[in-house]
Amino acid sequence: MAEAPLPGTGPVTVAAAPGGTPAGAGAPAGGHLSRAARRGPRSKAWRRFTASRTGVAGAWILIALYLVALLSPFLAPHGITVQNRGTVYQPPHPLRIWHEGRLAAPFVYPLVVERDPVTFRRFYTEDRSQRLPLRLFAKGDRYRFLGMWTVDRHLFGVADGKWFPLGTDRFGRDLLSRILVGSQVSLTVGIIGILLSFSIGIVVGGLSGYYGGWVDNAIQRLLEVLLSFPRLPLLLALATVIPPAWPSTYVYLGIVAVLALIGWAGLARVVRGQVLAAREIEYVQAAQALGARDMRIVLRHLLPNLTSYLVIAATLALPGYILGESALSFLGLGIKEPMTSWGLLLADAQSFEALSLYPWLLTPGALIVLSVLAFNFVGDALRDAFDVRSR
Amino acid sequence: MFVYLARRILVMIPTLILVSVICFAVIQLQPGSFADRYLEDPRFTPETVARLNAQLGLDKTPVEQYLIWATGIVTRLDFGFSFFANRPVSGIIGERLAWTVVVAGVTLAFAWLVAVPLGIFVALRKNGFTDAIASFVGYIGLAVPDFLVALLLIALVLAYGGTNVGGLFSAQYLGAPWSWGKFVDLLNHLWIPVLAIGTGGIAQIMRQMRANLLDVLNADYVRTAKAKGLHPRRVTYRHAVRTAINPLVSMAGLQLPELINGTIIASIVLNLPTIGPLLYTSLLNKDQYVAMTLLLFASLLLMVGNLLADLALAWVDPRIRYG
Repeated sequence: MAEAPLPGTGPVTVAAAPGGTPAGAGAPAGGHLSRAARRGPRSKAWRRFTASRTGVAGAWILIALYLVALLSPFLAPHGITVQNRGTVYQPPHPLRIWHEGRLAAPFVYPLVVERDPVTFRRFYTEDRSQRLPLRLFAKGDRYRFLGMWTVDRHLFGVADGKWFPLGTDRFGRDLLSRILVGSQVSLTVGIIGILLSFSIGIVVGGLSGYYGGWVDNAIQRLLEVLLSFPRLPLLLALATVIPPAWPSTYVYLGIVAVLALIGWAGLARVVRGQVLAAREIEYVQAAQALGARDMRIVLRHLLPNLTSYLVIAATLALPGYILGESALSFLGLGIKEPMTSWGLLLADAQSFEALSLYPWLLTPGALIVLSVLAFNFVGDALRDAFDVRSR
Repeated sequence: MFVYLARRILVMIPTLILVSVICFAVIQLQPGSFADRYLEDPRFTPETVARLNAQLGLDKTPVEQYLIWATGIVTRLDFGFSFFANRPVSGIIGERLAWTVVVAGVTLAFAWLVAVPLGIFVALRKNGFTDAIASFVGYIGLAVPDFLVALLLIALVLAYGGTNVGGLFSAQYLGAPWSWGKFVDLLNHLWIPVLAIGTGGIAQIMRQMRANLLDVLNADYVRTAKAKGLHPRRVTYRHAVRTAINPLVSMAGLQLPELINGTIIASIVLNLPTIGPLLYTSLLNKDQYVAMTLLLFASLLLMVGNLLADLALAWVDPRIRYG
């Protein structure tokens, strides 16, 4: 098989895009064209993708988000379970570069806590007389870096170690750190979930389309039933199947499995249709005549035809997983403490009290929106790029 | 038409039976049972709990339990007993189902009323500034989870000193007979869930409407109509928009599941009297018959909605014939 540049080699091409081809790849020079023609339809599609500004922007956002997720314990100024009794529900605390009308190295003013004598509500005010300078590679809470080394250096921190840039929750835990580390859960649920559900969907859809007959009929009926369930109620029901006594890593896997279990039916249907159509093509019959086994034909001869479709479908399906996980965790049926995720963080903002007094607890929502937006941008751009009908 | 309808309804029956089996199986997979909550209570001996289980019929095998439940539904519309509310399930869910349909229906109508004109407007200004803004806002609308919209709206209302959040009525109208004041109060509460559930749908319908209309505007018959010298506005609205609406109707069927999902999650956040909060608490309390029945009705709603969408499509698009 001629494996011209696949999406796997993508980021390199993307990197050249923003400066190189500003939105107007519609007019390639003559030499260009012949090269593109030699490199096959995938390369052309890739060219069209890099010409889409939103698609490229989305791809960059995703690369950044996943890098952040990978390095999050280092980027986060605090450990995610470290509680600070003195700084409960502290509002966001800005970094400053102006001191007494003059530009200064980045610093923060220390906060002073006061209590309302009647309501006992805490008020935080900045003490403008002192400055706490921002330090890079500051010492802080110990953590495991990339699962290999135990380290206590964080990308940044301030001298007294009590800077919470985006505020704190009801235990005085740093919201920024929790958002950063929570991205590990929120962003990987989709990837693992897609891998799982696509494996199921491809195998079941492939079997259904390839064998036809009663196998096909039985599978199709089953799919019909599965598709006639509304997603969320079933998701909620399945999430309560996970035993509450499980440790949080198991719960994480359980949630991924539940999400995948709901997601595969639609895909299986499409794969079946594609396989059904591809089965009649001569080279498949040739492979059969040569005595290739069924599974080999499906995996080696039929599936490669579907790769571009599958990549697009996966990109467009991923937001569903991110949203599904956040909804479950938000309702308290998903990810469990001490792990955290964006949905679980939003659960803290659920009460009317929190919404009116501590609105900064809503910030994790911005990350959900950003990641879903980026996946949709990339997915739509890929679909347009590979869409042969429109050309 | 009638034959088609009858056939569709007949096909629903085996599907519903399978759906009920799956509902039951999923709920049975939940660890523990309703009476387990008393095991940790020192006032209950294990024997009492066992007796309680026997009273509630939880000691029977799953197959027996399913058959009892299913026969009850088929023979006397008895959906089982809510352990938690200590009442028959049918007495609890009726009103909630009605409110679910109302909230979902109002949201659907609202989404269409906003999204279709917006889609037309944007399509006629293709690639312009408005188009770019609208498509970006559309992307955002698709990316914001329903519950987050609900939370943001609540935060906004609270920040401006409003109090009409949560529930569908203010306290003084709860249980009061219908009056103009009660209706206005309902509208005052309803806009938050409608916006929260509808945003995603609005974005989707708008994008679809834009794409459909752009497709149709390039069609030969539209060019012919223009060439005949018809007024451009007439060509757009009578010829192009009319056809562009058709695919939207079939899309409405696909949107129903999302609408039901949205209703459920937004209702939990906003504490609306729909099936959402009830499903949630029944799942947590292992109130199995309530949970099973609600799952069953959720998929029934979906099936009926799909059927209605198909019928509406036949009504809107005269080229479609069922027979």
